[in-house]
Amino acid sequence: MSVLQRGAKSLLLSELVTGLGLTFRYIFKPKVTLNYPYEKGPLSPRFRGEHALRRYPNGEERCIACKLCEAICPALAITIEAEPREDGSRRTTRYDIDMTKCIYCGLCQEACPVDAIVEGPNFEFATETREELFYNKEKLLANGDRWEPELAANLAADAPYR
Amino acid sequence: MADFWSGYALPTAIIVAQILAIVLPLLLAVAYLTYAERKVIASMQMRRGPNVVGPFGLLQPIADGVKLLFKETIIPAGANRVVFVAAPMITFTLSLVAWAVIPFGEGIVLADINVGILYLFAISSLGVYGVVMAGWASNSKYPFLGALRSAAQMVSYEVSIGFVMVTVLLCVGSLNLSDIVNAQRTIWFAVPLLPMFVIFFISALAETNRAPFDLPESESELVAGYFSEYSSMTFALFFLGEYANMILMSASTTILFLGGWLPPLDIAPFNWIPGPIWFGAKIALVLFGFLWVRATFPRYRYDQLMRLGWKVFLPFTLFWLMVTAGVLVAFDWLPK
Repeated sequence: MSVLQRGAKSLLLSELVTGLGLTFRYIFKPKVTLNYPYEKGPLSPRFRGEHALRRYPNGEERCIACKLCEAICPALAITIEAEPREDGSRRTTRYDIDMTKCIYCGLCQEACPVDAIVEGPNFEFATETREELFYNKEKLLANGDRWEPELAANLAADAPYR
Repeated sequence: MADFWSGYALPTAIIVAQILAIVLPLLLAVAYLTYAERKVIASMQMRRGPNVVGPFGLLQPIADGVKLLFKETIIPAGANRVVFVAAPMITFTLSLVAWAVIPFGEGIVLADINVGILYLFAISSLGVYGVVMAGWASNSKYPFLGALRSAAQMVSYEVSIGFVMVTVLLCVGSLNLSDIVNAQRTIWFAVPLLPMFVIFFISALAETNRAPFDLPESESELVAGYFSEYSSMTFALFFLGEYANMILMSASTTILFLGGWLPPLDIAPFNWIPGPIWFGAKIALVLFGFLWVRATFPRYRYDQLMRLGWKVFLPFTLFWLMVTAGVLVAFDWLPK
């Protein structure tokens, strides 16, 4: 490029004007923002969110207190105590998950032989206090009841690949 | 007693009412300039910008203001308390007093003084004091560096702003801002003095510490520059002052180059719209330019900034000043 051309280009600020033109055109492009609380992105059936303890359709809890999840949990977030119930079946008396320790690796649901402990699609469970994140059996079962349709659908969708 | 009312109280009340009529819309404009800035830059980056507080996020500036109001004012232990608190007040006050001479329409001006443009220039030069005081009184290295940069930058670009103003004055033959606007009835000065208009706009960006010349507050190196140590209302005053200064510089650009309150063409549909509305629309246009530039260009390096100010703008404005003067004399166009 000749000196004259270069000089004219820099005097007329042609590069700056080109840049301004580009940003101006971007005003009219569609926005890429997801309008989050009102609009949500797609979630995989394998998404690992808040934990839940599931029940059988007859209302009996699935967990048989085998403690495989407690054993495999790399963050030591799960605490289980168990003893036989009046009818002789083995059940947990205590099933706690410390959600502040949990790393959402999904090993507990992998280990579970009866699909009792699962990680659901819910990720909006922020709390105002730390204590609220120490989940007990009651809370986990309540989660299971609340999310059962989604949990069952996700398990069914993922079943062919297991 | 009647003397007191008609001779003293009534004029005072009228002046206070006039001041409020300027300052309140101005502060509202400042609040919504921050909103406009976030929206404009967001849309240029394909984002949405604030849209949760109120319809289209229109109440966002109010929410921001209330938040700042309720925060704690922290004065650092090593700071010089008096100067530390005085600095934001000075910045804020200076950004407001300059509006006394701005003509909003034919005869709609608080103080129609004959040296209006000198007053404007003087006040905008004083603005650097608030910055330097803030940087020094904070007794902290980032604010100090930010203040040094800001002082050097504002002084450098005032020189070229001065020459641009002189060029316009040559074409008008008056320092009165209303006269400057009225001299543009035939053609806005942005057309014959286009290079000066561009230089004035760029210098205005530097003068108000806006991107791409926002080195005094470059967050990647100086935290927030000269107001790093400020919080709550002291910070809010700086913020308001800075944005009021932006509007002020846009207003002076409008008065000097875009024909102030005059409509673009003096024909039927345009001259039905009252002057102040044209004035506001032109200011908004220039402000959009400020935001547009911020969304487009990366920040200058400090030596580039100084080179541009002293080695490009200063000689160029000086040269163009002489060219303008020569043309005016040669064709006998000098204003009588």
